[in-house]
Parts: sequence; structure tokens; C-alpha cells
Amino acid sequence: MNEIIKKYFRNNKLPHIWCPGCGNGIVLGALARAVDKLGLDQNKTAVISGIGCSSRSTGYLDFDTIHTAHGRALTFATGLKLARPELNVIVITGDGDCTAIGGNHFIHAARRNIDITTVIFNNNIYGMTGGQYSPLTPTKGKSTTSPYGHIEKPFDIPELAIAAGATYVARGTTYHTMELSKLIANAIEHKGFSVVEALSSCPISFGRQNKLGNAPSMMKLLKEKAISIKAAEKLPPEKLAGKYLIGELFRKQLPEYTEEYQKIINNLTEGGQMQ
Amino acid sequence: MSQAFLVQGNEACALGALAAGVRFFAGYPITPSTEIAEILSKELPKVGGKFIQMEDEIASIGAVCGASLGGYKAITATSGPGFSLKQELIGYATLAEIPLVVVNVQRGGPSTGQPTSPSQADVMQARWGSHGDKGVIALSPSSVQETYALTIDAVNLAERYRTPVIFLLDEVVGHMREKLIIPKTPPKIIDRRKPNPGELPYTPGPNGVPPLPAFGEGYRFHVTGLIHDETGFPTGNPEVTDKTIRRLHSKLEDNIKDILRYSEYQTDDAEFLIISYGCSARSAEKAVKLGRAQGIKLGLLRLISIWPFPTELIMSKTKNVHKVFVAEMNYGQVTAEVIKAIGREKTEGILRVDSQLITPDEILSTVTKGVY
Ligand SMILES: Cc1ncc(C[n+]2csc(CCOP(=O)(O)OP(=O)(O)O)c2C)c(N)n1
Repeated sequence: MNEIIKKYFRNNKLPHIWCPGCGNGIVLGALARAVDKLGLDQNKTAVISGIGCSSRSTGYLDFDTIHTAHGRALTFATGLKLARPELNVIVITGDGDCTAIGGNHFIHAARRNIDITTVIFNNNIYGMTGGQYSPLTPTKGKSTTSPYGHIEKPFDIPELAIAAGATYVARGTTYHTMELSKLIANAIEHKGFSVVEALSSCPISFGRQNKLGNAPSMMKLLKEKAISIKAAEKLPPEKLAGKYLIGELFRKQLPEYTEEYQKIINNLTEGGQMQ
Repeated sequence: MSQAFLVQGNEACALGALAAGVRFFAGYPITPSTEIAEILSKELPKVGGKFIQMEDEIASIGAVCGASLGGYKAITATSGPGFSLKQELIGYATLAEIPLVVVNVQRGGPSTGQPTSPSQADVMQARWGSHGDKGVIALSPSSVQETYALTIDAVNLAERYRTPVIFLLDEVVGHMREKLIIPKTPPKIIDRRKPNPGELPYTPGPNGVPPLPAFGEGYRFHVTGLIHDETGFPTGNPEVTDKTIRRLHSKLEDNIKDILRYSEYQTDDAEFLIISYGCSARSAEKAVKLGRAQGIKLGLLRLISIWPFPTELIMSKTKNVHKVFVAEMNYGQVTAEVIKAIGREKTEGILRVDSQLITPDEILSTVTKGVY
């Protein structure tokens, strides 16, 4: 891991701003290992984030990086990828950043099947602003803006992504770090819009309010509630209640946006050269 | 040979963008700007460029920011409601110093307003529309020919000053058809300055503007909407904050000679001066002709660049006139700036907010009242 930190992180920007017990570093480590495993060219890889604790990740990563505005990472990523399809474009976003203020951008990026990998750091809460409910806060969950218990139903991010048109969808957790890294690597390798939901924990702003204990006990919860898609196939539905499926949940090969656009250019120009 | 066309202002804008080297457009349809998107969707791929219709106007300018950081000259076009949505990322592009052009073909507001009618009521939104203190460049053409040339200028200025440029068209200039002559000699093109070895992406150069590499070139730099130091990384340092905010103004204000664009008509001996811009300046020019025929020493100062506001120009051009009339299709947005520059006594607005073009007769009758 040390070598990975040296190579892929801006070491002079560390230590990070995250609280003790935060899962962000674990997800980011899994991402860096995925990039390393694939041997991506650091000079040809851009990482783009929105606003939130998780989105501060881009400041620590040694690539071309953009820390955009709240919810807007995928819009910048779409413009960059369309302009420069040869770059690997990875988006880092929080559950609120991606599915609340950025929800519209998320479903449309998925629908276009543009070759961007989106890693969603899901801590079930707005961490950066101090613990307000997000679209991923569970029903009955406590937050600083649902003091009487949350009455809304959360999104299921993979279902949302699949319905919107994403062609690679996976879910991992900060407990299953090796698998998370593998899922992110597969997502980056996949041609098309890929989504990895990383279930994470925020002991300070979510755990405390919901009496979930300290960081290790929240980690244990992630372990207990997760069930791999392969194991789930053999279980009756009643055994799956309250569980999260993890692993590769969906994969399909469909035409990719920038390649389809290039075909239009090629038909109109000789050799697709820019003039 | 140069070529002549009969085209709309919106078409001239699209053609100007292509001539300026724009190879990326992202937008969302809205009257009266839609033709710009339609034309570029057709023309951009023919020159290897990229067009995308995004899910809304925020996404459009976000995509334009991304493409610009990818090294492309990139623009978006919209009107009133869409211009409001774009404010968030206009602010972002101002602080992160991302070159881009936002075309706003002005229509009547507030809200959905008068979608198919002209207006000039977004002048102040161009200046102050997004939160925080910042400088801005805004240009406003009065004819189809000028729209073509000024679009090229807008793209060039965005590149030179690493800033968003607001291109204030209006429904009249955007939709009217006039002769456009495209010169045979290609226009002067300005490209953003790339960093010298060792130079940081946010260290201001001699003109106050930092260099900008493209993503994928190996610089591995960071772009953020947080206040950042010369390395591009966020800082809470009050001195750096102060320097940054001041530089976002000064890099434009100190270079106003380069940015300033205006024209004069019959101003040499003028005792009465009309200040106008965009569609209203067309009526103002006619009013000058009519006034001169009646023996009134009337002249026109037509603003082509509106922001940074040409305060010194206006002070010097109005020194020897008795009275200044500002003709514009809003409640007095430039009028207020002129009052700020030369005082209330000498200044009178000729303002229309009923979505109808100001007529030459209307301007002249107000002038006449002021003369006699
Ligand atoms: C337009 C806008 N609205 C609100 C905010 C305030 N804000 C900053 S981060 C955030 C929520 C972040 O939550 P999430 O995306 O889940 O990320 P986390 O901090 O939990 O990693 C909000 C509401 C903002 N910066 N911009």
C-alpha cells in the first residue's frame, strides 16, 4: 500500500481532512489499487468530483483532477470525455452529491452510456454539512433534519443506475476492500457508463445519531448486512430481507456514446481529423 | 474572395464560433437561442468538433467547463431562464479561470417572461448573476455582421484572460436577417497560454492571467471552486483570498484598453449624446440622423463591450455635452452605471420594458424635450 500511496497520492496534501473512522480513505485506497492493477497511465487519467467530504478526494490524488460544484461532477466529466475520449475519466461522488442535487445528471449520464466510471461513496448522510438526511438515509433514520425519524424511502442506487441505462453496476463495502477494488477495476475496464456503489460509514455524523456504535461496530454492520449476489441466488427471498446485495450486479455491452459520436465525425470527414 | 450570406444573428454567432476555433458546444434548447445549437449540431462534427445536448443548462455549462479543461475552445448558448441556471458554474469558471463563452440571446423576463420578445434586461445579471465578487467580460453586438466578428472576439478574450465571457445578444439581433460578409483572410485567433516548464497553473503571468495546460498533457494539476493558491490547491489563508479576489477584478480592469470596444456616430460636435448598445443602438443611430436633419447636434456612443464598464470613456465622451440619454430595453441597468459615472443631473434614461423595440421617434421626442 505504501508504494500505492507514494505513486498515486499527492503526498504533500496529506494528511486528509476526514474524521477518525471515516470510510472515505478505504474507498479511495480501493480506487488507487484498482488504477494500479490496471496500469492506467497517470497522465491520461482524470478524476472528477463534486462537493462533500468524499469529493475532497480529488485534492489528494495525483492525476489531472477537478473538484467541481455540488452535484456537477458528471457534467464536467461528460464534457471532458466527449472532448478527449482517449482519457480515462473517473468520477468520485457522495450519495447526496450524486443522487440528490446531481440526480438528474446521474440518470442522463447513465442513459447516454458514456464511458465514465462513477464511484459513489455512500455513507447514508450529508457528511460535510454535519449530518442531514440524504436520498440514501434509511426510513426511520435519525439525522439533524429528521429528528423524529426519516419518513422517506431511500434510493436503491444499483436499481436506479440500471433503470437509467448504466451498463456496468456493482456494489461493494469498506469491509470487503479487496472485492471493492476488484469491482472498481472491472468498472474502469468496462466500456460504457459504469457505477460502483461503495457502502461506507460515517461514525461521526450518521453513526452517532443512529446509535450504531463506533467505527468497528459500523464496519461489522456492513459485513453482516451484505450478501454476495452469488450466495443470494441460492437463498429464499425471506432470507434476503434487510440485506444488501454486493458484487457485480449488472453488466451489458451496448454502444458507447463517444464511439457513436466519432462514427458521425468519421462519416462526415476524411479520417475523422479535426480541422 | 470573401463570401456574402443572408443570415440571422444567431447563425452569424454559430459561424463566428466555428471561425474562432470553437470545437465544442453543449447546450439546452431555449427560444430565442436555439438556432445556435441547431446549427452547431450540424456543423461541428463536420470539422471534427463535438456537440452535445445536455439535460439542462447547468449540465451544459458543466460539460463546457470539462471540454475547456480538455483543451477545447468551448461555448454554450441560452436565454433568460437558462442564463439563470448557468450562474452557478459561471461563478465556478470565473474562480477556476476556465475560458468559455456563454451566449445569452436576451428575451423578456423575469421568469419565463416574454419568451419570443427582445429584452436587454440581463445586463446586470451578466455582471452580478452569480454569488461573490468577481470581474466579468460582457459584449453586445448590434448587427449580424458585428455578431460574427464579436463572437470571434469573445472566444479570443476568454482564452486570453482565462475567464468566462458573456455574449449578450438579444432577440432582435439574434433573429433578424442581414448581409454577412465573411472575409477571405482567416481571423486572428488567440490561444490560451500554456505554462513554461516549472510554471504553476495558477501563477499569474505579467497580464495577471495564469497559464492553462490541457488535461492529458502530463501536468496533473488540480482545479477547484474553492479559493486556491498558486498551486491550485484550496487554502483558507486571508491574504491569498484577498489577492485572488482582487486579481479576478484587476486582470480585466487593468487590461480594459484591450477589452474595451465601442463605436461613435456624429459625436465630434455633439451637444447631446445617446448611449446605447445591442438592438436599441440601431434605433438610436436612426434617431441621430433624424435629429441632425432637424438641426439638433446629436451623437451616439455605442457600447460594444459593456463589462468591465467603460466609466472613463463615458466620463471623457460626455464632458462637453449638455445632456446624455441612455436608450435600453430594461428598467435602467446601464443608465444606473452612467449615473454612477457622470451624475444624475445630466443623465436621462429612454427605457422600455413592454417587450417592444424602442423606436427612433421615441428616442428623438425624448431628446427634443431635453433640448428645448
Ligand atoms: C449548491 C450547494 N448546495 C449545498 C451545498 C452544501 N453542501 C456541501 S456538501 C453537501 C452534502 C454532501 O453530502 P454527500 O454528497 O453525501 O457527501 P459526503 O459529505 O457525505 O461525503 C451539501 C449539502 C453546496 N456546497 N452547494
